[in-house]
Amino acid sequence: MSEKPEKLIDKKGIRLDGRKADELRPLKIEVGVLPNADGSAYIEHGKNKILVGVFGPREMHPKHLSQSDRMVIRCRYHMAPFSVQERKSPAPSRREVELSKVIRESLEPSVFVDLYPRSGIDVFIEVLQADGGTRCASITAASLAIADAGIPLRDLVVACAAGKIDDTVVLDLYDAEDKLGVADVPVAYMPNLNAVTLLQMDGVLTPKEFENAMNMAIDGCKKIYPIQKEALRAKYMAAREELKEEVEE
Amino acid sequence: MSTLLTRVRQKQIGQLIDAGKRLDGRTLTDYREFTIEEGLIERAEGSARIRLGKTDVLVGVKIETGEPFPDTPNDGVLTVNAELVPLASASFEPGPPDENSIELARIVDRGIRESKAVSSDKLVIESGKKVFVVFVDVYVLNHDGNLIDASALAAVAALTNAKMPNYEIEDGEVKTKTGYSPLPMKSHPITVTIAKINDKLVVDPQIEEEQVLDARISMAVNDEGNICAIQKGCAGSFTPQQIIEASKIAQEKAAEIRKKLDW
Repeated sequence: MSEKPEKLIDKKGIRLDGRKADELRPLKIEVGVLPNADGSAYIEHGKNKILVGVFGPREMHPKHLSQSDRMVIRCRYHMAPFSVQERKSPAPSRREVELSKVIRESLEPSVFVDLYPRSGIDVFIEVLQADGGTRCASITAASLAIADAGIPLRDLVVACAAGKIDDTVVLDLYDAEDKLGVADVPVAYMPNLNAVTLLQMDGVLTPKEFENAMNMAIDGCKKIYPIQKEALRAKYMAAREELKEEVEE
Repeated sequence: MSTLLTRVRQKQIGQLIDAGKRLDGRTLTDYREFTIEEGLIERAEGSARIRLGKTDVLVGVKIETGEPFPDTPNDGVLTVNAELVPLASASFEPGPPDENSIELARIVDRGIRESKAVSSDKLVIESGKKVFVVFVDVYVLNHDGNLIDASALAAVAALTNAKMPNYEIEDGEVKTKTGYSPLPMKSHPITVTIAKINDKLVVDPQIEEEQVLDARISMAVNDEGNICAIQKGCAGSFTPQQIIEASKIAQEKAAEIRKKLDW
């Protein structure tokens, strides 16, 4: 990376990539993108490009991992070697192991796991390109992929980060802001249930700043939520159109 | 990390908590008594053993010389590793670190790193070439709940008590001299874990409470009372109001612990 710029946000409140403090990066979400997976989604969140495939509910392998009263969710967050500036070894890093765990735990509260005893689902997340905030974009897409697999959910889980750069609390940090900024607070949230399912933080914030950052991240989640729902709807609307055409023929 | 807990016991814990009580007689916001013993491993540059209730964690600090990371030529290196030793619990198995021990290590690491507890700029011997590398190894000896807080406290205690070898540079070679100086510390972060059980916030969960909790949240608080790291864990959720409440409790408890330890 080049030298640290003097300021990450200017006097007018404009960030290095031209955004205002509470502005999200552009989002593009698609559902049902993988033919072999039971459910799938693709998200572009700024320069992040992430693909999620869900398999199941299916019998657990190995079998002893299955639970007699509920479904088991497994999750693998993985970054492609070419997804970052310096090639990343494809072997799972400690960071990826931790993220797999917290992402799984952020999705679990949304799933009616007791409806599928003895079975399991696998959520495979592949980060094809990373630009800060990959865990949040992964959660937004993974929740859609689970819904796409036809698994009943209490709500979609949507995630967004807020943080502090220079002296300002801002929404949705990208790579440079994440690395050079003061703090980063990723949040996953179920809007209809007002439930936070993932919360992490690194960097130093006063209690007041933390409260602001968390609320800003939740507001970000609420802005992404309609885009997320629309992506799910779009898949079925397209299927309906296809069906209509077939009938007309 | 679970051993079996009967439904009767689960129900009992829930009912007690509904009434504002707990199995061991604590209130919901009471922290267990703890003691820290320092410098008990003479071979290690720093060490501390904490007993929090029956939870027993030993942390050893080893300091060696090595190369800095290319992107931080003027900082020493700090790495945290955690071992859930099989003798500590029936649920721990031998083998490479699983996600629980990796998460534990990374939470401890984040608290120390983000609060800038160790003055990493003072660990540089030769910029870009040679620095001190500080290894913090967390060794869980008995699991009775809240390994996160116990490990984080013991790690900071072990660092506080660690000594750095004196050195001199002779013909470009680093030679250690006799004598030691203390590891330069800037802050003493304190991590407080709060569980959500039956929609109530419960401080410092013991092992049986950990098996019925919906979710937990751990917050590291630095010397100024600011928050420097957070990790929510387990497959449950919090409302935003509960998180703010938890952060207030964490600050109070951290201040209490700080006073007790005189950090």
